[in-house]
Amino acid sequence: MKNKNTEKKDNNRRKFLQLGLLSGVSAIAGTTLVSNLSQDTEEEKKAVSGEMTKVLTPDGKLVEIPVESLNHYPEAHVSTKEARKGIPNRKFVMVIDLAKCKNARKCVEACQKGHNLDYNEEFMKVQLIQDNEQASPYWFPKPCFHCEEPPCVTVCPTGATFKREDNIVLIDNERCIGCKFCVTSCPYSARQFNWGHKDKFDNKEQAYSPETQLPASEGTVMKCDFCPDLLRAGELPYCAKSCPMGVIYFGDKNEDIVTNGEETVRFSELINDRGGYRHLEHLGTKPNVYYLPAVNRQFPLERGFNIDEDVIERYKKVPYVQDLKKKGKL
Amino acid sequence: MSEIVKKRVIDKKFVTILESTPNSSKIWIASLVLIILVGLYAFILQVLHGHEVTGMRDNVVWGVYIINFIFFVGISYSGAFISGILHFFDTPWKNAVSRIVEIITVLSLIIGPIFILLCIGRLDRLHYLFLYPRIQSPITWDIIAIMTDLVGCFIYLYLTFIPDFAILRDDEKLDVAPWRKKVYRFLAMNYQDTPEQKAILKKITRTMSAMIIAMAIVAYTVLAWIFSLTLQPGWNSSIFAPYFIIAGLYSGVGVIIICMFAVRKFFKLDLYIRKVHFIGAGVILLVLAMLYGYFTFSEYFPRWFSHKKNDVQLLDTLFSTYFWEFILANYIGVLVPVMILFFKRFRTINFITFAAVIAVLGLWLNRYLIVIPTLETPYLPIQDTRPEFIHYTATWIEWALSAAGIASFCLFFTLLVRFVPIIPVSELVESAQKSKIKVDQKRK
Repeated sequence: MKNKNTEKKDNNRRKFLQLGLLSGVSAIAGTTLVSNLSQDTEEEKKAVSGEMTKVLTPDGKLVEIPVESLNHYPEAHVSTKEARKGIPNRKFVMVIDLAKCKNARKCVEACQKGHNLDYNEEFMKVQLIQDNEQASPYWFPKPCFHCEEPPCVTVCPTGATFKREDNIVLIDNERCIGCKFCVTSCPYSARQFNWGHKDKFDNKEQAYSPETQLPASEGTVMKCDFCPDLLRAGELPYCAKSCPMGVIYFGDKNEDIVTNGEETVRFSELINDRGGYRHLEHLGTKPNVYYLPAVNRQFPLERGFNIDEDVIERYKKVPYVQDLKKKGKL
Repeated sequence: MSEIVKKRVIDKKFVTILESTPNSSKIWIASLVLIILVGLYAFILQVLHGHEVTGMRDNVVWGVYIINFIFFVGISYSGAFISGILHFFDTPWKNAVSRIVEIITVLSLIIGPIFILLCIGRLDRLHYLFLYPRIQSPITWDIIAIMTDLVGCFIYLYLTFIPDFAILRDDEKLDVAPWRKKVYRFLAMNYQDTPEQKAILKKITRTMSAMIIAMAIVAYTVLAWIFSLTLQPGWNSSIFAPYFIIAGLYSGVGVIIICMFAVRKFFKLDLYIRKVHFIGAGVILLVLAMLYGYFTFSEYFPRWFSHKKNDVQLLDTLFSTYFWEFILANYIGVLVPVMILFFKRFRTINFITFAAVIAVLGLWLNRYLIVIPTLETPYLPIQDTRPEFIHYTATWIEWALSAAGIASFCLFFTLLVRFVPIIPVSELVESAQKSKIKVDQKRK
């Protein structure tokens, strides 16, 4: 996105938007594209007063630009009010291809980095599932399902958690009173609570937005958010972007397209042809995350154990893992 | 008129309770205050360090606090129910217990919701419940129901107090601090016990007694819905509302018996709170124990019989990790009271009180088993390495605050007993008058 912007050298505004952001608040540079595109024409119509100011470019040069071209930080920031509406005309969906997952945990790590989460805080969890004793176990990446009928939203007494037009379920942690009813009502255990204070909550460099969930706040709930800040920038969520196996497809149901970054496919065809299903369909929550069954697996399950000792311990109750341990293979 | 004034003097027995505070009572009050102070310290720690100091974590997000909440609100609900019935049907033996029941009702209804506040992560944002209310949320229903219930119970309790306040105001021999006299005067609202006032008061009390029964049922049903409207395997049950109501009545009658025993023992009111009252309450407890046992059975048996995967997971947890708790709560807590109360020769005051203690403790454990194991066995099994995220154990902070809750219940109960007669003296006067009239008629 940065490259695209700087390439268009004839467009002053774009360029200086970049400049302004980087010289002012360096960390936020990523979030502007989509929202700004729509505003460009209007803003460019504004009269130019001719007043000039000096700014520092990313590569250390001092340049003079018109004052009007300066991008002030809040433009990158999606306010809570905007965040409640969602991105127009989109219906985001995710498809997770269980046949390809080998528990590389890159999705977890990228998500943690992107959301400034600690080691044990995971919006995306990879669970080891064994449906029955005969069936072979498989790795099951589990984000928030952003249900069509989210029980968490129904039970929230203050409207702190909400469902947007673009399918995403978000939390406004400035509204959340921490009653934890949403946590108990989510059948997928997707939500986490900030039990104590952490230093990172004090980092006010970035203004809070429900779209980034940063900075997090003590005594409130957080969860996987489908990374709307990246979506606005025309990028894939952290998990989909970082998966080396292309397990996670993400896209728009309206356009009937999903992509894992390498291949782009029709959503409906993918679900029809590959037997796509939703987890715990019988609960009637209508998730927006679909799974492709773990058939014709591309990797032996054991490869998934090439991870931290601590994480392997999580799966100790799965019969298959107990079997492996008995045989001394783990 | 002079005759009425003559009779509007309190029995000596109650005068001593109201006038003096013996040393034993002072020690009792001091130790209660101490427990509450420890609880206060625990609360400050929780506010300073956040909920990290509790045993609650991401899977078990509700712990002992919410159990205490249901427990206390349950007691209050049953108090309202029983008191309402006593007044509505003008039960003959209501005099001995109605005041105790009413005090229990209001106190537990104040203490219960405090526990739900302890459960809330951002107390500083509590007013958001009113700023941004969402009527779809069962929590909003619960707030409305409990607040209505609280107001209703207060009005009702106050109505039953008015004639007593009038007597306390009029009794010139009563030697209490002048401020207390002033308070009595204010609270008596110029009630002079004229036949007209009496009729009005009786009418209002009767209406209110019917209303608080209804309000209590609504409030406790909504409370049960907080659990049963979710999709969790152990909670999503259609019988939860009536089950909670029976369970609440069961624990409530238990607490009433315990309080009757304590008041009788401590204030030597053997003449007023008699064995017949204990037997009456004991028989109600017996009926409720059987009903409660029946509901508990109806709750677990189908889960076991139809053995859906997630129900089996829950039952496995109940019968492994929580084996003894399950036995204590759902076998001992039902069968022992039933055994004691079923046989006539066991129906002594001490045995009945013992049965009540078992019932109350068993019921608290039963609530624990409804809340905690369910949260420990979600649809997707917990895969975590941190023990506190897999298994819930309450920390000393939670226990200290629970103890403080019980202590404040006892403290306020003790203080109220010292402030107003624990037996409605106005009713005693009235029933004495009634029996006198009867005797007169017979003589004629």
